[in-house]
Amino acid sequence: MAADEPTPAAGPGQLPPVPAAGNLFDEQRRNRRATWLLIAGFVALLGFIGFGFDLFVLGTSGMVHAGGVPFPLPVAASGAALLGIASAWLGYRFGDRAVLASSFARPVTADDASPEVKRLMNVVTEMAIAAGVPMPRVHLIDEPDPNAFATGRDPDHASIAVTTGLLKTMSREELQGVVAHEMAHVRNLDIRTMTVVAALLGAVLLLSDWATRLRLGLPSSRDSKRKDGVSLGGPFVVVLLAVWLLTVLLTPLIGRLLATAVSRRREYLADASGAELTRNPLGLASALRKLEAATAPTARIYRGTAHLCIADPLGSAVNDREGWLADLFATHPPIADRIGRLEAMAYRRS
Amino acid sequence: MSGLLAFLVVAVLVGVAVWLYNSLVGLRNQVGSAWAQIDVQLKRRHDLIPNLVEAVRGYLQHERQLFERIAAARTRALAASGAGAVGAAEGALSQAVAGLLAVVERYPDLKANQNVLALQEELVTTENRVGFARQLYNDLVARYNTRQQVFPANLVAGALGFKPAEFFQADAADRQLPGVDLAPR
Repeated sequence: MAADEPTPAAGPGQLPPVPAAGNLFDEQRRNRRATWLLIAGFVALLGFIGFGFDLFVLGTSGMVHAGGVPFPLPVAASGAALLGIASAWLGYRFGDRAVLASSFARPVTADDASPEVKRLMNVVTEMAIAAGVPMPRVHLIDEPDPNAFATGRDPDHASIAVTTGLLKTMSREELQGVVAHEMAHVRNLDIRTMTVVAALLGAVLLLSDWATRLRLGLPSSRDSKRKDGVSLGGPFVVVLLAVWLLTVLLTPLIGRLLATAVSRRREYLADASGAELTRNPLGLASALRKLEAATAPTARIYRGTAHLCIADPLGSAVNDREGWLADLFATHPPIADRIGRLEAMAYRRS
Repeated sequence: MSGLLAFLVVAVLVGVAVWLYNSLVGLRNQVGSAWAQIDVQLKRRHDLIPNLVEAVRGYLQHERQLFERIAAARTRALAASGAGAVGAAEGALSQAVAGLLAVVERYPDLKANQNVLALQEELVTTENRVGFARQLYNDLVARYNTRQQVFPANLVAGALGFKPAEFFQADAADRQLPGVDLAPR
């Protein structure tokens, strides 16, 4: 944003710096890299949790001596890492189905010929043409609260889901803005990153829950005195134990922070490239205003998929604020800020 | 030593040339497929318009002029060839269809009719599909042409057989407000 640019009256006085709306290929590359980094980090994290499990819980059963240094057999470590790889692969391959199933989305069928559905299908077709991507699968969620999300692994395997409430509340122009926003997620490959995040977040929550519960029932520090006389004691092990416990306890939080950090920036970008597709930023701005007015939480969208949606389905107050706390925990930027930016785009255009 | 240096320079030059050539071919193919998409949407529009017009003709007996205009524009669009000419003819057709939509807007009883609403939706989406296909095509053409004209591609693009692609122009009339010349009835 240039400094001499006029700020619209409706927008907040000072807009935070816009992430550079780089070109499409940069965005796709960034998403491919982010997906790989996420998966690698996730597998490493699981491996570490498993390693601690080997060391502190199973440690007595078997030790390997590598160059004189005693090492526990990496049973849980390799098991957890394998589990991580498997769930990452499953998330990449089938995450879209899991996300759609968890929000009770049903595919639009040919015999559903109500005017609203017909209009939705037309709008999705138009936006697929504008984005130059194949027609995605379209799903409906029976839910009065307006919301929408996109999922899948690439534009050839993409799905867009909207609630029936969205079809009822939005005009054609607004619906077009929302669908364009989702289509931008599809084209930028955001859907891949987001869907993998959703799948991994689910797995992390499950595993750490499980690990914490196992830890509680087992003896702890006395175990470091091995039966075979190899002492693993000393400050190093204590520190390691502390770090491990901390990791196990903090993993869900880390997972959530990752999901939010990845998703908020992408929302601004999808707003901008969605407006580029429709050439009508005000359509999406007006849709966002309606989404904001509909304060009821979207009941059928599960917590783990919140970051996929166009507007926060939980209606969390934290999403309405800027600041470091909001930066950490909100999955979506404040809607007022998003509207302000879209109106600034419209201003520039006219 | 100098032989090695010369080899390296040649290798780098060849590498750059290969990269340029491949990226230009990639863009040319994208432009081609975007043009194919326009073609698909235009054909869809040509096939649909007679049916759609037939559906409202009964309600709008006195708008004969409008229907004739649409029919004439469609005939001209079917006959046109080449991105520029097709663009102009299709622009005129777009404008004629927009005129019909504007007329429908003027009749409240028509707007209450389910069939007419369905027709209106169909016309809007047809026009949008053509418009968005054109938008994508023109964006790609702009990128393709720019890629050819910037240094160092401009040195080799012509020699390698790359020509600037033609924009799909909207006719000047297309940019007027729809339906303005229908006012005297």
